[in-house]
Formats: sequence, structure tokens, C-alpha cells
Amino acid sequence: MNDALGGAQSVLVLGGASELGLATLRALDLRPGARVLLAGRSPEAMAAAAAEAGLAPSVTVSTTNWDARDTAGHEAFVEKAFAELGEVDLVLAPAGILGDQQRAETDPAHAVDIWETNFVGLAATLLSAAARLRTQGHGVLVVYSSVAGLRGRKANFVYGASKAGLDAFAEGLGASLAGTGVRLVLVRPGFVRGRMTAGMPAAPMATTPEAVGAAVAAAVAGRAEIVPVPRAVGPVFLVLRALPAKIFRRLPG
Amino acid sequence: MAEVRPVADVGRAPVPRLLTGWGRTAPTRAAVIAPDGPAGPARAGSGDLSGLADAVLASSAVVASGAVAGSRPGPARGLIARGLGRSYGDAAQNAGGTVVDMTALTRVTAIDLAAGTVTAGAGLSLDALMRIVLPLGFFVPVTPGTRYVTLGGALASDIHGKNHHVDGSFSDHVLAFDLMTGTGEIITVTPGGAPDAFAATAGGMGLSGIVTAVTLRLLPVATSRMRVDTERVGGLDELMGRMAARDDDYRYSVAWIDTLARGASMGRAVLTRGDHAAPDELPAKAARDPLRFAPHPRLVAPDVFPSRALNRLSVRAFNELWYRRAPVRHTGLESIATFFHPLDGVGDWNRVYGPRGFVQYQFVVPFGAEETVRTAVTRLSDARCPSFLAVLKRFGPGNGHPLSFPAPGWTLALDIPAGLPGLVGLLDGLDELVAGAGGRVYLSKDSRLRPDLLAAMYPGLDRWRELRAKLDPTGVFVSDLARRLALTTGPAVGPPLAGR
Repeated sequence: MNDALGGAQSVLVLGGASELGLATLRALDLRPGARVLLAGRSPEAMAAAAAEAGLAPSVTVSTTNWDARDTAGHEAFVEKAFAELGEVDLVLAPAGILGDQQRAETDPAHAVDIWETNFVGLAATLLSAAARLRTQGHGVLVVYSSVAGLRGRKANFVYGASKAGLDAFAEGLGASLAGTGVRLVLVRPGFVRGRMTAGMPAAPMATTPEAVGAAVAAAVAGRAEIVPVPRAVGPVFLVLRALPAKIFRRLPG
Repeated sequence: MAEVRPVADVGRAPVPRLLTGWGRTAPTRAAVIAPDGPAGPARAGSGDLSGLADAVLASSAVVASGAVAGSRPGPARGLIARGLGRSYGDAAQNAGGTVVDMTALTRVTAIDLAAGTVTAGAGLSLDALMRIVLPLGFFVPVTPGTRYVTLGGALASDIHGKNHHVDGSFSDHVLAFDLMTGTGEIITVTPGGAPDAFAATAGGMGLSGIVTAVTLRLLPVATSRMRVDTERVGGLDELMGRMAARDDDYRYSVAWIDTLARGASMGRAVLTRGDHAAPDELPAKAARDPLRFAPHPRLVAPDVFPSRALNRLSVRAFNELWYRRAPVRHTGLESIATFFHPLDGVGDWNRVYGPRGFVQYQFVVPFGAEETVRTAVTRLSDARCPSFLAVLKRFGPGNGHPLSFPAPGWTLALDIPAGLPGLVGLLDGLDELVAGAGGRVYLSKDSRLRPDLLAAMYPGLDRWRELRAKLDPTGVFVSDLARRLALTTGPAVGPPLAGR
């Protein structure tokens, strides 16, 4: 059960090797006895990530196989994950790949892979998870959006489209959960300096996985539902969204 | 008066509702039903509880079958009774399941003036009971800091008051009660006739069944006024010394500590002790109606306070004012409402903590562990918790019921805004300190205890689980508190997580 101070006793991570997911787990500062189930494609990567997360020894961490693109298997996966954890207090959904924009433009199969991983498969899994949380009458879902989903840019519109879809999906799902005891936290980070963006030039108001993790932990403990990181990008997002396309296109990057 | 606010419409279909405790933290959704069941006609107080029995049986069958619940709250996740929702944490919530709103069961079925006893529905509030019995020359044997608790809730929490050192806790004055068990039967429980069921229910957090009626021994009083000695005390050591020396001269005793005071005035307090006044102590005008009980209509706090309205400055100012206002030493008469229930003067006062709510922390440590109390007050003071006054009291002997909170020693209680940075670590540290000193925290106020500390705090836990299981073999009675602390089941021992 979630406690009065936002503490979670059991956590399901969709995207168990994700840097943002692990940064969030660290920031949550789980108490002794908590149980974490990491779900992802690579057991090795998740095991390495779990070790890196440095959770307290009395926090039980285990891993399970989950591929966002395997939509036919999602219902069974979610049922099994909920059965293993018992009550699920917190579902983190940081799964996602950046892909290769240039390759995607000439190889639509790669674009499909990005969309299926980042949006289609993840959103489908979230639908199953949200239904179970509704039944439970409590719990928190965390969905990780991106500044890339705000407007389509030529540099990354394939990835951006997947995040735009996810963002709209999550905003609506959150609204549909009002009054059910379940809360959806939609995190909207700016450019995150991390493994996924290594070697790329940082955009203005860039953030870090640690900052995203801390913001999520604060939102889980509090009542926020939409969380821009850093907080100052909230108004910037509003302005970017409102810019006429002609001007937006001329922006650098 | 708005003190009784049923959250379910009697005789209608279950209403899905978001519920919290008085601290307004961790809301969860449940289907709320009235005692005569979702389908029955409006016959609250009629004594016909067959609809409730049906609901218990239906839920029990689904729970036993292990079926997965549907998308709306329902029978697959069990039942818990709820009274006026004054438990601070999640004791009367049941996420995804059913919550039985008991507040319609208010019928008084017997008053025996010669014996000084009353029998009433479990949903009757202490406020309503006082209005009935005070004109007859009786007072409730135990009252907490609010009159807005039900008889059933008072028993399930085994509540205590300022007179614990003399009179014990609520269940010590319960002569009998009716309990609907997990099989839907109603059994009449007396301490001598069914000691196991009594022990499982007194302090049992509603998890042994649904209390439907209570027979209570009342306290004869000659007036409705209190003779109160008030003393201002400059520090914690002196306070504890004065309490230990002379508490036994009074039926009622409690001290209010300013936890924001630091340095030399750390632990400064106002000590109030008193007893029911005799008729000849009343001024002439009051003596004409010595049993008058007419608490003022309540102000209601609006739901507009931001989470940071209570900060260190505003609370410090309040505490300072309150301490300076208290006389150094004074004896006077006070009304029952002023002496026992100062916060009942403001309806929904819990709203002043804003939307994030607050936690209340209450522990007891044995006599001899005064150092632990001192350490706790020091830590709270060092953390500069913006807490209104903390309450310090000496408990008398406990009653041995396994989950009953009171035990001989010192008890400290205080409110803390839930958004205070560092609160998790501060309270976890206090829990360990308290458990290490042989103490415990009060489950009716808890909303965040670590489950692994429960067994150390309540050594009778395993015995309680056995007694409870006899009354509820399928485990139909369950609450958020029970799930969070693995109260009825013990720590999760399910299959190990796969793929490690």
C-alpha cells in the first residue's frame, strides 16, 4: 500500500534498464522490505542496472521479460507482474529508444520499431496496468514524455512523434483515472544529458537523469500530475507550442 | 449540526468513493454501503442487519474463491466498517473493496439508570451519547480529544483519554458488544463469556468483524463542569517530574508541549489536570442547571488552505501565544467541551493543513524510558517541525488485549504536515527508538509505519492473528492499514519474485 508520505512498498518498472527509471528508483529512497520488479528485454542489462542503482540491501529486486513490441503478450505479462508483486503501489514507465532519425527516414521499418517501442507497445501495456490499478483502488503511474514530443522538428520527428503520442495518451489516461484512487504522473523533461543522448550537443535548459528522478520522487510523494523538469521549462514549453510554424522552423537544432 | 455526515445513501446501490482518514493522506477508492445493504429499503436503525450479513457472505465467498476483482470496487477485496472517519490514517479505508458506513446505526436500545449502563448501535457518536446521558447524570467513561467518534470505532481503536492513568481505556468499560463475524453471524461478546473474541476486537482495528452494538458502563457525575488546575511549566524534566508526582491526585491529566521551543525552554508546556466539579463548587447561576451540556455550534474551516499555510512562523506564533496566555498557576471551572474537546469547536479543522494533509504520530514508552521521551522531543524540536502543541500523558496499566495501544508509561502525540522535508527519516528513526525502548505506536493514528517494526511493538501480534482468524476464517475483513502493515497475514511470504 502507498503510505501517507508517498512511500511505495512495491514498484513495477517498464523499461527496467532505463537510466531514467534507475535514477527514479534511487531518488525514491525505498524503505526496507520494498519490492521492485524490473521488466525489460535484456536480463543482463537490467541486472547491471539494478546493481548500479545501489538500492538498500533489504529491497528485493528481481527482473522479468517484457518486450513493448509484443502487444499480444501484454495482458498476460501484466497479470503475472501484478500477481508476483501482490499490491502494486507504483508503476514507472521509462521504456523507450531514441533510434536513428536518418535511418528511419529511409527505412520505415526502423521508424515502426521506434513507434512500437515508445508508444504503441508501451501505451498498450499501460492500459492493462491502469485497469488493474483501478481495480486495486490505489496506486501511481509515472509516464516519461519528452520535449521532443512538443513539436515536430526535422532533426528527430520520428522519435518526437512517438513521444507526442505517448504524451497525449498519458494526459488523457490521467484524466480518466480521476476519482479512482489512481494517479498518473506525466513527467516532461527537457533535453536529458545521459546515455541516450551521449555525444549530442546539449539543448538549452538541459537536465540530468538525477534531476528527473528527484522530480518524479517529489511528485509521487506529493500531488502533482504534470511535472516539467527542470520546472522552468514548463512556461518555455507553452511558448514553443504557441509559436507559428514559420518561426519555429527557424529555431536552431 | 454537521457532525454526522453519512458517506453512503442508505438503501441505494454502493457508491464508489475516495476515502481518507482524518489526516487526509493517501486517498483510495472503495464501494461504500450502508449497514442494511445496497439493495434493502431505507430502514437504518431498524436493527435488521440481514442486508449487511448478505454483503459479508457475498464478499467472503468471492475472497475465498480468489477471483480477480472487476474494474469497480467490489466484493473481491473484502470489507471494513467505518464510523466518523476520525482515525488519522488508513484504518477505515479499503482500496478496491467495500466500506460499510456505520453512522446510521444510532439507536439507543436500553438505558439502565440504576446500573449506569447504556446499549446503543455502534454508529452512535460520543457526542450524541453525551447529549443523551449527561442530563441523566452520567458521563462517558472515556473520551478522546474529539466527541465525534462512534462507539464501534472507540472499541476497535480501544481509545483512551486524559483519565487513562485512573480508569484505563474504552474497552475496560464495555460490558458487552454485538459482533458480525466473517460468517455473517452476529455473536454477543462479553469479557467473561467470549474472552478471545473480546481480546481480538478491543483495539483490533475492525479486523475481527463489524461491531453492531455496544453496552457501556457510564460514569455517574453530579455536574457537567470540570474543576481544572492549570500550570505553566518551563521545561520537559520539570514537567515529567510534576506529572509523576501528582497525576494520581486527579482523574484527568494531560500536558501540551511546545515542540518548537528550543534551548533552555525546550519542552515548555502547559499542564492541565482536573476532575468533575461537585454541585457546591458551581456559581449560583450554573448550579441551577448543573448538568447543562450545550456545546456551541461549530465554526467550519473552509477547504481553502494551501499546503504551506502552516509554516514554522505561523505555528511558532500560535504556540508562543498559547503558552503566554496560560496562567502560571490557576484553578477554575471549565465546560466539558473546553476541557476535553477544544478542537471540536472548529469543524473540519484538519483542512488547515492543506491538500497534502498531515500525519499524527503517537507513541508510548514504558516508565523508566524518560530518556527516550526526551530524545524524541529533542529530535522533533531540532527538526523544527511546524507542529501545533504536542500532547504528553502518563498511561496507567494496559488491559492485555493484544493490539490495544495503551501500556504503562509515557505517551506523546503530535500532528506534522505531510509535506515536511525529511519526515520519512525522522519518523522512521523515532519508530526505531520507540521500539528499542519497548514502546509502540498507535495504529489508529498510523499512516506510515514500517511493517517490519510491528511485531516488536506489539508482542501479542501472533496471538491476535490466531484469535482473529477464528472469527474471520476467509479473511473478508481487510483495510488499507491491514494491507500496508500485513497486519492479518504477516509479512509477504508469497512465491519468490521470478527471474532473480
